[in-house]
Amino acid sequence: MSTGFIFALTGAILFAAGVAGMILIGHLLRRILAFNLMGSGAFLVLVGLAQRQDVVDPVPQAMVLTGIVVAVAATALALALVRKLHALTGQFELPDDVDD
Amino acid sequence: MIEPLLDPLVWLILLPLAWAVLAFVLGPGRGAWPAIASLATQCWLAFDLAQKVGAGGVANHVVGGWSAPLGIDLAVDGLSASMLLLTQAVALLLAIYARSYFKSDDPAGTWFWPLMGFLISSLNALFVSADLFNLYVTLELVGLAAVGLVAAGGGAQQMAAALRYLFATLVGSGAYLLGVALIYGAYGTVSIATLLPLVTDDAPRLVWIAGGLMVTGLMLKTALFPFHFWLPPAHGGAPAPVSALLSALVVKASFYLVLRLWLGPLQTVLPAFAWLLAMLGAAAIFWGSWQAIRAVKLKRLIAYSTVAQLGYLFLIFPLLAAHGALEAGVMQIFAHGMAKAGMFAAAGVLIKATGQDTVAGLAGAVERLPVTMFAFGLAGITLMGLPPSSGFLAKWLIIEAALAQGHWIIAVVVLAGGLLAAVYVLRVLRQAFLLTPASATLTPVPRMLEWSAFALAAASVLLGLRGVELMQLLGAMA
Repeated sequence: MSTGFIFALTGAILFAAGVAGMILIGHLLRRILAFNLMGSGAFLVLVGLAQRQDVVDPVPQAMVLTGIVVAVAATALALALVRKLHALTGQFELPDDVDD
Repeated sequence: MIEPLLDPLVWLILLPLAWAVLAFVLGPGRGAWPAIASLATQCWLAFDLAQKVGAGGVANHVVGGWSAPLGIDLAVDGLSASMLLLTQAVALLLAIYARSYFKSDDPAGTWFWPLMGFLISSLNALFVSADLFNLYVTLELVGLAAVGLVAAGGGAQQMAAALRYLFATLVGSGAYLLGVALIYGAYGTVSIATLLPLVTDDAPRLVWIAGGLMVTGLMLKTALFPFHFWLPPAHGGAPAPVSALLSALVVKASFYLVLRLWLGPLQTVLPAFAWLLAMLGAAAIFWGSWQAIRAVKLKRLIAYSTVAQLGYLFLIFPLLAAHGALEAGVMQIFAHGMAKAGMFAAAGVLIKATGQDTVAGLAGAVERLPVTMFAFGLAGITLMGLPPSSGFLAKWLIIEAALAQGHWIIAVVVLAGGLLAAVYVLRVLRQAFLLTPASATLTPVPRMLEWSAFALAAASVLLGLRGVELMQLLGAMA
């Protein structure tokens, strides 16, 4: 079992844990953390699987850098929305969808 | 030397980015005119590009002269060109609508123009991307801009809807990204053109998992039943121009991506999921229509109708092996895109005029707002699929392809869906034809608002007469 494969496997587990967190956790800050866990898992798979015979492949690293920027932007937007929601309702959980 | 600068492909991404930044610099609520002027130019660029692609196949561009794998390649074929055309046309009419919709002191319109520019720019970038990773980035950008637009209303309900939408969209694109990672691990490339010959029938199991992950993520983003939970609050709670943009264009972007994967690199893997997607599509048609029939609020009704109409798109997958199904799908994208933009725009006028967002509050609307109700009716004709509308053409093409391949069950679903659409559209029209209650007061609305909604709805009907040109454009596939 190569080191790359171990990284990829860890990444898959982290991804699964992150998705479970995003679906199951009600507290919004924890959900944002779960999203970051999920993203990191995917990045680890991307870098880990691409390692062949210990030759470093620069392309997935460039992709992960881009991915991190996207994840930071998404986290910032989520935090801003949660802050606004907290200011309006005083809660860190989503209210029920009131309609029909 | 100057030639790359004249490529319409690049300007379709740069122009909206430029007016978005300009609108942001100009300050809250401003920037409508640059947006409209630029969108008119973009329409012309997209039309020009479509003509080129229709004549000569595929247009390519290598960004900054740096070629793949470290640089980014852009490519346009018939499918992308038609999506670009639809996006610019709908966005232009909605921009004209939004300029009259948002009064200068309306808090909901504060950051509408910059966010709309970012949205259009990322949509265009998505349609011209030629590799799976760049598609991920643009998909995420589309999602973030769309969430920003949903949140623009500023109330607690909108924040909740925006957060729900954000989490759904992040899980969806996360699953897609993991799929991309697995494909890169298997083949060492993410370029669609390079992957095409590499992925064969005996692809490793990793690729099957990747295909499943990507399609599941994109289903979540396209709000296919049962992943539609985020759509009605997001599309129903936003201001009308935002709802129209989201329903007409944003959900189509992730569907385009499914189609792109299906026809491109994963064509040997994905057909295994065809009937699953078609079944979910059929369920979406029935569930969405049923919810629309019993909705109390007008915009909720239209949002659930989007859930139903998206179902038709997924009915084409079992039929894609033979000729005609792709044309049916793209025709449905166009029909629903314009009709739903027109319908949300008309609903926005009705809500502004009556001051309430309920179907019951529409009594007397035909008498007082004939143009808007006519627009609503025209959009309804497209959604029901009556001739000569583009909706009729789309449904007719699906039924034709289904019967030609012996899948009559799909034809039955399409016909039943048309009847259900008639129920919820006529429910609104019936209410509007009632006599005006004596107590009702209508706020006057700008004429431009009514006519831009009308133009969108009328375009959705008239497109049915120009279907051949669109089919020819689609023929120019890579």
